[in-house]
Amino acid sequence: MMNGLERHAAFSAWVFLTPALLLIAVFFFLPVLAALLLSFTDFDIYALGDLNRLRFVGFNNYLHLLQSPLFWTAIGNTFYFVILGGPLSVAVSLGAALLVNARLTRFPGLFRTAFFLPVVTTLVAVAVVWRYLYHPRYGLLNYGLSLAGIEPIDWLGDPDWAMPAIILMAVWKNFGFNMIIFIAGLQNIPPQLYEAARIDGAQAWAQFRHITLPLLGPTFLFVALMTMIGYFQVFAEPYVMTQGGPANRTLSIVLLMYEEGFRWWNMGYASAAAFILFVLILAGTVLQLKLRRRASS
Amino acid sequence: MRTLTIRHCLLLIIFAAVGLIGCHAPSDQPVVVEFWAMGQEGEQVKALLPEFERRHPGIRVRVQQIPWSAAHEKLLTAYAGDAMPDVFQLGNTWIPEFVALRALEPLDARLQGWPAAAVNDYFPGILATNRLNGQTWALPWYVDTRLFFYRSDLLKAVGYPEPPTTWDDWLQAMARLKTLDETERYAILLPVNEWQFLVILALQRGATLLRDRDQYGDFQNPRFKEAFRFYLSLFAEELAPPMSNTQMANLYQEFANGYFAVYITGPWNIGEFRRRLPAGLQDQWMTAPLPGASLAGGASLALSRTSPRQDAAWKLLEYLAEPEQQAQFYQITGDLPARQSAWKIPALAGNRYAQAFRQQLQNVQATPPIPEWERIASRLTYYAEMTARQQMSVDEALAALDREVDRILEKRRWLLEREQPPSPPAPLPEGEGQR
Amino acid sequence: MNRFMRSFFPALALYGLLIFGLLLTLTPLWWMIAASLMPSGEANSVPPRLWPSTVTFEHYTALFTRLDLARYLLNSALLAGAVTAISLFINSMAGYAFAKFRFQGRDPLFQGLLGALVIPAQVAMLPLFLLLKQFGLINTYWGVIVPGMASIFGIFLIRQYLLAIPDSLLDAARMDGAGEFRIYWSLVLPLCRPILVTLAIFTFMGAWNDFMWPLIVLTDSSLYTLPVALANLLGEHVQDTEMMMAGSVLTVLPVMLLFVVLQKYYIAGIMLGGMKG
Repeated sequence: MMNGLERHAAFSAWVFLTPALLLIAVFFFLPVLAALLLSFTDFDIYALGDLNRLRFVGFNNYLHLLQSPLFWTAIGNTFYFVILGGPLSVAVSLGAALLVNARLTRFPGLFRTAFFLPVVTTLVAVAVVWRYLYHPRYGLLNYGLSLAGIEPIDWLGDPDWAMPAIILMAVWKNFGFNMIIFIAGLQNIPPQLYEAARIDGAQAWAQFRHITLPLLGPTFLFVALMTMIGYFQVFAEPYVMTQGGPANRTLSIVLLMYEEGFRWWNMGYASAAAFILFVLILAGTVLQLKLRRRASS
Repeated sequence: MRTLTIRHCLLLIIFAAVGLIGCHAPSDQPVVVEFWAMGQEGEQVKALLPEFERRHPGIRVRVQQIPWSAAHEKLLTAYAGDAMPDVFQLGNTWIPEFVALRALEPLDARLQGWPAAAVNDYFPGILATNRLNGQTWALPWYVDTRLFFYRSDLLKAVGYPEPPTTWDDWLQAMARLKTLDETERYAILLPVNEWQFLVILALQRGATLLRDRDQYGDFQNPRFKEAFRFYLSLFAEELAPPMSNTQMANLYQEFANGYFAVYITGPWNIGEFRRRLPAGLQDQWMTAPLPGASLAGGASLALSRTSPRQDAAWKLLEYLAEPEQQAQFYQITGDLPARQSAWKIPALAGNRYAQAFRQQLQNVQATPPIPEWERIASRLTYYAEMTARQQMSVDEALAALDREVDRILEKRRWLLEREQPPSPPAPLPEGEGQR
Repeated sequence: MNRFMRSFFPALALYGLLIFGLLLTLTPLWWMIAASLMPSGEANSVPPRLWPSTVTFEHYTALFTRLDLARYLLNSALLAGAVTAISLFINSMAGYAFAKFRFQGRDPLFQGLLGALVIPAQVAMLPLFLLLKQFGLINTYWGVIVPGMASIFGIFLIRQYLLAIPDSLLDAARMDGAGEFRIYWSLVLPLCRPILVTLAIFTFMGAWNDFMWPLIVLTDSSLYTLPVALANLLGEHVQDTEMMMAGSVLTVLPVMLLFVVLQKYYIAGIMLGGMKG
């Protein structure tokens, strides 16, 4: 039995919770549910003009997606972005964190702030900047490369280079965030461990391999998960820089969803694409957690 | 007190925000007509409005400028969100889509008040694109078709003081332009993110693009295939760079540099070329009609079906359709008037770049008048780009295109079957869902 | 000598890498600012310039006089400010409830919310649009604000912070007969000050930088936020490199200054979110 005080506490708690829960329920869970329903219909501009033209189509949207070359292109591009960009981003973050956190580094705060600056920039604005940096004839990047004797690359125009170009920009923009988390993780490692290792004569690499990496494990998992979830949802970079081109080589799942949903108003089809993305993210998350559990047991 | 500040800040911001957001609906003076226009037209049309507002003291016009690149999405989103303007500009290829949405007010009843000569004053090929199912849904505002813009000095340098008039001669001229001197250059710019030129080539060869009352794709048709091969050969022979026009940091600079000497584009570029090309080059470029038909393009003005201010909005539409306003609009924007009588003004009659357009406008064809066309065109662009970049063979690309188009048109087939008894010539009815 | 060498070369390599990283990180930002001050056409020259030949503010002037940038600046500030203030209230109340009250179903509820973080926001976007249409919020400021008024991440952050604060403080206040809302208002909120500042920065930056949702919801250009206006500008003025850079500078600068001033809080927040995640 609850006593009066507990009941009172529960009542207060619900009063405090109600606004947030209500908002989240109405503006998040309800739309998610509706999207699930929508993905089984052929809601499009005809239906938008007249609901009598709406059909329930079962799993047809999903089937059509799975048969559509465009969707597979988008899946392929998104995986390319996640699999190449994710680890690269994590590695650069870790490298930067190690550098900033090194004993010899003076003014770590200065470097930390500088490395972090791209994170707070507005993606649309810096994507515009990078478009110009990538310009094959006038861009700074090709100029820099030409000093090293490398032929100019048509970064955003060449189908083979467009995605690497977008990944490069994304890594530049994001690595500072994970760097901070890694720095926090590094600072939590007791310095005595390193001293003990040094006394045992362990070299820098051995220290990194046997102390830093294992103790950074939980941080690593967190960073990897968040990066993966974020990278699966890549949208604004290609939207602003390439509109998914050239030859759809930078079309991501979310960009495809946006195009289908808000450009052509194939809401049913677009919702189905969104749910496939959800399933992919869920699968990726579960996979990483499983791998982690196996590694730690 | 330090601890108080944060809460007070919070409160202050909320009140300020609520206050500012709450108080933005002052509108019960004159009738305000909301007018959406795109790109530079949205900026320039404002110059015509003081006269309109002088003639109609009870009406004010609020113009909103929408960039072309986002215009289609914006209009659809506005329709879906019940935020349609009263009057809006739209590309004439979008008309079928907005008719299907039932977003447009039919205009025939209002046009009854017009003298027949005024209606016949429009370029017939262009007016036809504004008619569908026996109704007029929009009025042409300005016309647009595509033809050659070329560097006359460079063409002369390769032995063509006058522009060629057949494709064979153009091909020869372009081949010579390519090898004019040692510098890296191309003969022609055909942006791979545009479908228009390819469709023009197909229409010139009599391809219909779709078949069976526009219910299936017909891109594997030999006529289309031939057009496609011709199009691709321009890239294969390196006469055209496989580039999109967003890849050009400065298209006008490149044209001035001679990086390319020919560009197939529309009338808006007359003004841009005049403005952006260096003065020394102004006598060195010209326009020429295509050998054969071009696209019946252009922008129209339409009334929103749900607008509560249709009468005021119609007045604006009529005003902008007057030959004087059309001529005036040409003078500030360079957009070519849809009414032929407006072409008589000296500024236009004396514009040597416009003459090719006048000629071309007598020979224009429309794309299939169905809502799905824009989508089909975007798929066409994709496959054309894939093939131009040599990622696919012609047969693969066209077969895949037909498959995708058939799927896109599935809903249309279903609607036709459901809403129409299978007697062929009847126009598309409004369907039983009409309320 | 041996000792000198042992610390000299690692230090050299370390600083070499750090400075190389610094160059890579800051060059795009530097070029953005430099190009925005160049006379028209100069940003497209070979070899690329890193420094304007003459400094001009004409592009900034053009943005404000011809293209109404002040309006977008105001919209962005207003929307980001409103989302931040409202969501701080709502999230802090919920976070407080999860951290300091016992009630049936608390833990499953909280875990359910956390689990929902895996659902990409894009899934909800299409129906959310139709929903807001029903409420008549499309093409209004509220259409942008409402979906951001509560966030699972914000609730989580506040809860984590409050867990570390001893209950005895609150119990003492209850003993004195203070009402629950008073306790929240005059005890919990001040206690939360550091995390509230953190969350405020997060939310403000998120809202300021948000692109897709305002792009969809706002149809009237007088309501556009800076990123949306900038993307639109790109459609029309892609040829005007210097002006685009000026627009980018104006979009990026406010949040960057905010970050530099408040970075202590911001970084603390990332660490809190990161460590306990």
